[in-house]
Amino acid sequence: MKIHEYQAKELFKKFNIPVPNGAVAFSPAEAGAVAREIGALPVVIKAQIHAGGRGKGGGVKLAGSVAEAGKLAGDIIGMNLVTHQTGPEGRQVQKVLVEQGLAIEKELYLSIIPDRSTARIVVMASEAGGMDIETVAAKTPEKIIRVGIDPLVGIQPHHCRQVAYGLKFSPAAVKQFVPMLSALYQLFVEHDCSLVEINPLVLTRDETLIALDAKINFDDNALFRHKDVAAYRDLDEEDPLEVEASRFNLNYIKMDGNVGNMVNGAGLAMATMDIIKQAGAEPANFLDVGGGASAEMVANGFRIILSDKNVRAILINIFGGILRCDVLSTGVVEAAKKIGIKVPVVVRMEGTNVEEGRRILAESGLNLISAKDLKDAAKKISEVVRA
Amino acid sequence: MSIFVNRDTRLVVQGITGREGQFHARQCILYGTRVVAGVTPGKGGQQMDAVPVFNTVREAVQEAGANCSMIFVPPAFAADAIFEAVDAGVELVVAITDGIPVMDMMRVKACLRSSPVRLIGPNCPGIITPGEAKVGIMPGPIHKPGGPIGVISRSGTLTYEVVYQLTLKGIGQTTCIGIGGDPVVGTGMIDCLAAFEKDPDTKGVVMVGEIGGKAEEEAARFIKAHMTKPVVSLIAGLTAPPGRRMGHAGAIIDGAGGTAQAKIEALKAGGVHVCEDLGSFGEFCANVFV
Repeated sequence: MKIHEYQAKELFKKFNIPVPNGAVAFSPAEAGAVAREIGALPVVIKAQIHAGGRGKGGGVKLAGSVAEAGKLAGDIIGMNLVTHQTGPEGRQVQKVLVEQGLAIEKELYLSIIPDRSTARIVVMASEAGGMDIETVAAKTPEKIIRVGIDPLVGIQPHHCRQVAYGLKFSPAAVKQFVPMLSALYQLFVEHDCSLVEINPLVLTRDETLIALDAKINFDDNALFRHKDVAAYRDLDEEDPLEVEASRFNLNYIKMDGNVGNMVNGAGLAMATMDIIKQAGAEPANFLDVGGGASAEMVANGFRIILSDKNVRAILINIFGGILRCDVLSTGVVEAAKKIGIKVPVVVRMEGTNVEEGRRILAESGLNLISAKDLKDAAKKISEVVRA
Repeated sequence: MSIFVNRDTRLVVQGITGREGQFHARQCILYGTRVVAGVTPGKGGQQMDAVPVFNTVREAVQEAGANCSMIFVPPAFAADAIFEAVDAGVELVVAITDGIPVMDMMRVKACLRSSPVRLIGPNCPGIITPGEAKVGIMPGPIHKPGGPIGVISRSGTLTYEVVYQLTLKGIGQTTCIGIGGDPVVGTGMIDCLAAFEKDPDTKGVVMVGEIGGKAEEEAARFIKAHMTKPVVSLIAGLTAPPGRRMGHAGAIIDGAGGTAQAKIEALKAGGVHVCEDLGSFGEFCANVFV
């Protein structure tokens, strides 16, 4: 789960991690009020969306007066901001973060992520702040400091010193950095984060360390034990079909193609999307109905696939292990009767109660094309799409 | 032969009285697995069919001789269930549960570093040595006993598809292991490859991977350096968009990489036979494994 910069900074404040003075604003008037409260100029107006590259996209502006703060906020709120991370359709900006401008001496990079192969929590830092860390990692990997921390031991001051001296901090900066990194690690662990990133971490001209940007991603698997974090969710940042699907506990991701698909199991679902592409079409979605899907859940998934106007055909690929083919077929027939399926549906089923499942489909009176195996399903999809 | 599970496996099912635990314990018994005990805290003294239920895994080990555990405990309590099984001295823990927080698994894995206990999973369908023991939720009938191919996979139903195609071609399996779809798993691809290389009855290996992480790339280097037996691989997710979690917690293309294309290239460089058409997987294997 992602959150906005202003929310991440709220969390940072709780852990005494220094951030610029500022607050979120939902209107030009509010932005002006915040600027007045800050009481210093310039202030920075920053679009709040769940994507990076906001500056280059025109979503970050400097205001030299309270009036200008309001005007710039008015320009940015409501704009459709396109960055290299939003896709060409861009994202609607609903709010801005108004912050005190800083006299920046140096920009650094700092992040904490879990490393899956070593099962350690890794602190990554670099003097190349404000830049795309992937580019730095690719071009000059030696510039990146990495410290792996055993989660059973936790972060120790010596880890923090190792990073601080690697970043060539002065003694005054080291003194600030050690407790800051320690606090950042505590935040990471206590909130079950999957990423905490400060890019850039700024050293100001008067030698103060401040987090100029803040990015926090949370482990979706742990949200059940963080109701406060779950409250940060911004539905405006999510695709409406995906939001609706999540209400039914369906694992659905909208894509751009023309062949909808419903599969049991994430790996098989990904492989089915690949098969659709190989058959000469494009997948319209990822949808994993899981092993315990009821007829109702299946019907809901079907309805969501069909809500996508781009869908011209549907491929159902079910290898029944826990999921029974007769349960699936009942769901498909129920959905069809409720909303009316107008596109051709290719159905490939295997596993438990497969004959019963095929019988239910065949006797439904619907336009359902049975495929005997995956090769046959791919062939039939490509025929249906070409028609 | 086989790896990790066989007819000597004596299984305790943690979470046996829950809906999933009951259903799958019965399926394993039907397959012929020796299910010797179940554990649900508070329900000790009950029976699930002919299987005695205990309050603790320790009792299941001491009184019923369990040496392997299969875990059907909900995500909030699953790490604790794994720790309990490890403490109780089982040799193999198979964690089926999907949705365990990553930090919990980081701690489990760190703890297991200094333990002889093997963990498979979590978020996996389990492990089966066809004809001998099923410790998982996979459908038994699609498997063909007697080998000679070992199967390793990050997936559940995609594994079944692959296994079924092998069986239809008359290619049997020694052991099939679902290592799970999470980013932090107890047993990795390299662990399984090494074990299959050592197993005299396994003559070749099928490896099913997907986007996210670097497991396949690391496996490719291991295969090139250490494997004499042929390896066929299939990678799911060539069409997956970056930055999105595709069902499995570990299936995400992020800044650290993990695209299907990169994995396929690394595997080919490692001498692996990569099948890029799932529909013809069985034929592809028949050609490689003659």
